[in-house]
Amino acid sequence: MVQKVKSKDFVIRFAGEGGQGLVTSADAMARAATGAGFYCQTFSTFPSQIMGGPASSQVRISTTPVLSNGDAVDVLVVLNQYAFDNHIDDLSENGVCIYNAQDCIPSGDGNYFGINADELAKESGNTRAANMVILGAVATLIDFKLESIENFVKERFTRGRAGDDEIIKSNIVALGLGTEVAKKSGFSVGSLDDPNAPDYEQIMITGNAALSLGAVSAGLDSYYGYPISPATTILIWMEQNLINEGKFVFQVASEIEAINNIVGAGFSGKKAMTATAGPGIALMSEGLGLAWMAEIPCVVVDIQRGGPATGLPTKSEQSDLFACMFPAHGDVRLPVLAPGSVEECFYVGELSVNWAERYQGPVMVMGEFSLAERSENIKKPDLSKVVDERRNSDTGSNGYKRYESWNGKLSPMPIPGGEVAYVANGSEHDEIGDTTHLPKHHIRLTERRFAKLGLLNDAPFEIENPDSEIAIMPWGSSKGVAREAYQQLIEKDKNLGWIYSVALNPLPEDIKEELKRKKLVIVPELNYQGQWSSILRMEGINAVSVTQFTGLPFKPTELANKISDKIKEIGD
Amino acid sequence: MSDRNPEYDFKWCPGCGDFGVKRALEQAIDTYTEEFEIPRTSNVIVAGIGCSGNMVHMMDGEQPFGIHGIHGRTLPIAFGVSTSRPDLNTIIVAGDGDFLSIGGEHIGPAASRNPNMTCIIMDNGVYGLTKGQSSPTSTTGQITTSTPFGKMETQMKPLELYLTYGVSYIASHYSSKPKVLANFIVEGMKHPGMSIIHVQSPCTTYNDTYDILKGNRREGIPGTAFIVEEDHDPSDYNAAVSLLSKGGVPLGLIYKKEPPTITELQNKIIKEKSKNPQDILSSYSI
Repeated sequence: MVQKVKSKDFVIRFAGEGGQGLVTSADAMARAATGAGFYCQTFSTFPSQIMGGPASSQVRISTTPVLSNGDAVDVLVVLNQYAFDNHIDDLSENGVCIYNAQDCIPSGDGNYFGINADELAKESGNTRAANMVILGAVATLIDFKLESIENFVKERFTRGRAGDDEIIKSNIVALGLGTEVAKKSGFSVGSLDDPNAPDYEQIMITGNAALSLGAVSAGLDSYYGYPISPATTILIWMEQNLINEGKFVFQVASEIEAINNIVGAGFSGKKAMTATAGPGIALMSEGLGLAWMAEIPCVVVDIQRGGPATGLPTKSEQSDLFACMFPAHGDVRLPVLAPGSVEECFYVGELSVNWAERYQGPVMVMGEFSLAERSENIKKPDLSKVVDERRNSDTGSNGYKRYESWNGKLSPMPIPGGEVAYVANGSEHDEIGDTTHLPKHHIRLTERRFAKLGLLNDAPFEIENPDSEIAIMPWGSSKGVAREAYQQLIEKDKNLGWIYSVALNPLPEDIKEELKRKKLVIVPELNYQGQWSSILRMEGINAVSVTQFTGLPFKPTELANKISDKIKEIGD
Repeated sequence: MSDRNPEYDFKWCPGCGDFGVKRALEQAIDTYTEEFEIPRTSNVIVAGIGCSGNMVHMMDGEQPFGIHGIHGRTLPIAFGVSTSRPDLNTIIVAGDGDFLSIGGEHIGPAASRNPNMTCIIMDNGVYGLTKGQSSPTSTTGQITTSTPFGKMETQMKPLELYLTYGVSYIASHYSSKPKVLANFIVEGMKHPGMSIIHVQSPCTTYNDTYDILKGNRREGIPGTAFIVEEDHDPSDYNAAVSLLSKGGVPLGLIYKKEPPTITELQNKIIKEKSKNPQDILSSYSI
């Protein structure tokens, strides 16, 4: 029986237990596919443990840029019974499941066949090549050129170590053995259309690496960080890459240290950043207030995960918005940038450090687990276009007035070692930074601290179908899947608008006006309280949320249906 | 109130030990700045919260840089300053509450990294600015507003703490001899690494310990302060332990070693492993 899989894109998922090399398999498939000219996006989900627990890693391969994880799985590889039981319901109607014959007894009626991967790995001479056996089988089922995977294997395992050749040979043998089994099974799942490789140069990169690279390209000087899922990879990236004259990276003892470190570094004239997750944002609350009050440039990145408290450290959620925009006591409202794709992560890395310099204060970047960890192929950024904007520092006479009233421009910010000095202060202060309790200073400086946000007006945004009465406005990592849902919805109903802004605060004026014109704005977001629509309603916009808080991202068709239902429910 | 800013009306009480520390710090900055020919603005004072932290707004003469941070976080702020700008003279001024209570968690990590900074801790055994609560260095049994029946817990021993953590320059003194104190501060500034000068700086309003420190012959009170013997070898750890075990308030240099600073260690890596963004970007090519 020949099974057909749709030929524009399909999803391959590897499911098993933590520690079984699932991420490697999906990654290998993704690299082989991008090498052959396809577009890819990976996604992994696992519990917060080193070994054990349900884990899966998938790759969506497509002939056009990938926006989300898709609706269902087309080829499901399960390495144990637990994985079979928990994932089989996600298999699409025409999908095929390959199961580990040693560990699995499939139930029900479906397109399944088994492989004894460990036995075959032994035959190849490399007992750790079980993943390669499976990969060979998968490739054959979907009629994917084995050559691409062989090239990937050669590249991945050429590490300049003795024994590289052996490993490469045995892996390729293992690939071949898996191929044979799949051919013998008689199953065929279909094949992809020919790839439409873009003519520009590409890179394959994760969201966190792209963000880090964007910041470093724009002149980041100092990084102080503390390990926490899913931001740890940024600390590790910085330790390995932010190395040069005048740069400094360090793992510090807590998030409280990190926020105060970057305040010290920013005060001293350097571009400084730290990255953390929800629990760390909570700890940084006071330090962020200090940076706001004393007007010190610095960037804090929140890679969101399931909350609250310790929450779900390795799951997807977008529930830190209130905490990021209003992190500290007092009248504080931070600039917030929320990238919606891996490509936007690079740009936001660059923009955030420049914003901090320009408005002389703390900037919040909101990432999210699934965006941070996924690999995607994107256009290679052009570093010659990256801007390294620096604060306006001044030379002048003693007693310099750092904190003048807002008059459309910001008074310059002297740097230690320069010609004039001042005192940066967490207490309310006068023009030169000395503590004050006089109302006149509190009034004019509170107004200054909010008014200067007007300098931050160059983040990208999108508006489509401006004449529509109803619009969808996603934010951050839900952008891609919302876009895919939107594409489905406008096929049936042209009267639906699309509004998207990378900057959540300040919101671009054009966006605000567009939002106010709408009868209804629907916000898909992964949290319970509908945090972004709440903030929009604060501005008098008629917004409601479509929420989900399962720890997993939205699925496009499901989301499209939820949005339709919401529109009907509100009855308009 | 400072000469340069009549609008700033904060005052220390008459007789406050911090006046002496201020004169010592001003003199030390003058000396250090002159000797090493650095701009005045290369001095950065990181101040904690409390009466002592307000020193940063009261410096006479040409203004150095200052950052008046949040409570307990002078060490991490100063770490950011010192490691991002090793060319600066990074100075901390903090009280016993700010540095040892809420700020205590930062001492160990800072010591193990040995950043180049000079910490001047004004110890008055009380929380003065909030009007007289118990602090880590208040004595057991001391009556304060938050311990009306006498402080129950033991008294913290900061000098032993610093020594155990491996702080590389530890000096102890009091505020009554600003010129002598200034010398220890200058030595601390010159010391390549983390220096702590722990200063008894009595609060005349809430915990007047002048007599206890210096003694009062008429009242028959022996002083607890004593000058560190000339033959004490500050490079000898065991000698320092022994000196501190005697109790009382030593006046002098307790311990000094010169392990590498975190900046030196980082510079080794920078020499060998520098990268530029273009190379990093290329490593992601498909």
